[in-house]
Amino acid sequence: MDFGFKISPSSAVNLDNVDLSLYDRLAEVEPDIRKCIACGSCSASCPANRFSGMSVRKAILGLQRGKEKEVAKMLSTCMLCGKCSMVCPRGINTRHLILSICKFYKED
Amino acid sequence: MIGLIFILSYCLIGLVRIILQLPKEDRRRFFLSLVNPKTMAKNIRDIFCDCLFHVKLWKRNKLLGYMHSSIAFGWFMLIVIGHIEVLLYTPHRAKLFYFPIFFRYFVAETESTMRGAFFFFLMDFFLLMVLSGIFLAMFKRLQSRIFGMRRTTNPSFLDLVGLYSLWSIFPLRLLAEGFTADISGGSFLTKSLNYVLNSFLSDHTNMLPAWWAYSCALGIFFVVLPFTRYMHIPTEILLIPLRNAGIKIRNARKGFAKAEVYSCPSCGLCIDACPMGVMKTHIKDTTVYLNRQIRRRNERRIEEISDKCLLCGKCTAICPVGVEGDKLRIAQRSLRKYSINPDYSDISTAELACSSEGKVLYYAGCMTALTPAIRKAMESLLQKAGVDYELMDKDGGICCGRPMMMAGRFDQARQMVEKNTEIIRNSGATTLLLTCPICYRIFKEKYNLEGIEIIHHTEYIDRLIKAGRLKIRKGKAKYVYHDPCELGRGCGIYDQPREVLASAGRLVEAAKNRKESICCGGSLGSLTLGFDKRKAMTENALANLTSASPDVIVTACPLCRSTFNRYADRPVEDLAEIIDKKSI
Repeated sequence: MDFGFKISPSSAVNLDNVDLSLYDRLAEVEPDIRKCIACGSCSASCPANRFSGMSVRKAILGLQRGKEKEVAKMLSTCMLCGKCSMVCPRGINTRHLILSICKFYKED
Repeated sequence: MIGLIFILSYCLIGLVRIILQLPKEDRRRFFLSLVNPKTMAKNIRDIFCDCLFHVKLWKRNKLLGYMHSSIAFGWFMLIVIGHIEVLLYTPHRAKLFYFPIFFRYFVAETESTMRGAFFFFLMDFFLLMVLSGIFLAMFKRLQSRIFGMRRTTNPSFLDLVGLYSLWSIFPLRLLAEGFTADISGGSFLTKSLNYVLNSFLSDHTNMLPAWWAYSCALGIFFVVLPFTRYMHIPTEILLIPLRNAGIKIRNARKGFAKAEVYSCPSCGLCIDACPMGVMKTHIKDTTVYLNRQIRRRNERRIEEISDKCLLCGKCTAICPVGVEGDKLRIAQRSLRKYSINPDYSDISTAELACSSEGKVLYYAGCMTALTPAIRKAMESLLQKAGVDYELMDKDGGICCGRPMMMAGRFDQARQMVEKNTEIIRNSGATTLLLTCPICYRIFKEKYNLEGIEIIHHTEYIDRLIKAGRLKIRKGKAKYVYHDPCELGRGCGIYDQPREVLASAGRLVEAAKNRKESICCGGSLGSLTLGFDKRKAMTENALANLTSASPDVIVTACPLCRSTFNRYADRPVEDLAEIIDKKSI
């Protein structure tokens, strides 16, 4: 029966089932990724945010939870303008982090 | 002899390979330029000025200029006069190209003719010139500061072999000619040496080891030449016509890039120029070492060096042979492969459209969005001057593409360029105003916006003031102007901002300015330099700016402004803010 709405799929993340080996490799190259305090300054300043919901904060959180597809989709409109690295209170080199993610992870 | 044949064949093969590696249209352009009389004259002039007289080095430091031009020009004249002598005295031998070198050894001459004496004098004169250059070169190894260089390159092993053989060629030549001066003739230098030598070594067979040592040194020098920095001598002669033909780097390792890499004389002028040099750990990341690693194909180091650079372009600006350190690095970055490739085709330009038929379109850009003070000041100035304008990215827009370009991802950058071009074309504007030099540079270089004037706000304010549309109250404050890398070295705009500032107050200059201004350290060019490592560079740049103790540091770039603001002990403002406060 169609009620015009349906129950949204579960968004629960079971960390026991997530393969984080790629994230660990990334964190080896980019140790700064563990410095993020998820303040969201990068999301607020990002010009690509309005096009794909791009946000470095979300990308980092997504990778930590194994949501690689969502992250890849977000990154597909990143313009590498570097505003996130300018505003980051923790001094994370977000541009290089984004380039590393682009190198390590695949799009599909 | 072996050395000479080896080097000639090596150069010929190298020449053919570089020309073959050029893309087809570039090759056509190159050959056409060779037969074009205008570029031909320019080529010849440039080769003489740069390769023989080292005009650029003279301008930098007289002693350094003398050292290089005395060796290069002196040696060149020795070869030329040597050939003239041979042609005059033994024309039948002129075909053998080793003959002029050992002319004094083969020919017994007398000083009977005036002409001979004249040539002998010239030969000795130029030999003395070369020797003085060699002496200065030796002295430079010990005390480079006198030559205006704080640091010099650390030579590799083969460079040292080449260096020592080059140093020994001319003293040995003097000695050899000194031994034979009474047989073959000589002038003030060789003749007098001959008297000294004759006083205790009268046997003429003594000249043999001297001539042998001379030819060995010459042979060694030519054999190691292709593997040392002295390869710049033949390559530069190729690089100059290529550059004059308007050829640009298309491939990171082949063609023009290769010619540039081999033209690097490893002089190390870029080491002192590099803004990263304030930290000792970065000295090996300068352009000299990049060129050396590219020649050695050390991929790990090439990646490290090219990713770290701030791309401020200062090494390119001061390089005496014109190696483009920044462009070479961007080309190396473009070799990298990524598995996630951004694609902007889904972004609809209709959403971002703005109509400004016949008006000034003001594109603030991402950086200005982070420093709203600049945008407000600029808007207020436009209103005061009564300019009809429209904002292009009021609620954010697409990045200009320059940061992506700097990361070497050309396809992505091009997509952004296309999107922005579409928006600007559809808006119907006649002028595009920019407050960010990073945007300005790519708009000037890569956008095809014919019929629309692209203008930076420093130029625009200058124009408004000169047209009398803005009235400025001159104050007493002392201003220093910082040349942003992309605006100054990138686009050649130095004078307009200074003229504007001079109308608002007293303008003082920084210790290093214009072409040699020091990058603020905030540049988006560097991919790997972290926040903590940039602090020392910013402080160094600030120390340079405040040498004349100005009240306010003025810049024309939102990125420089926010970087300086972090550590400066006095206010840092954009040019638009200053003028907005001073205008009536």
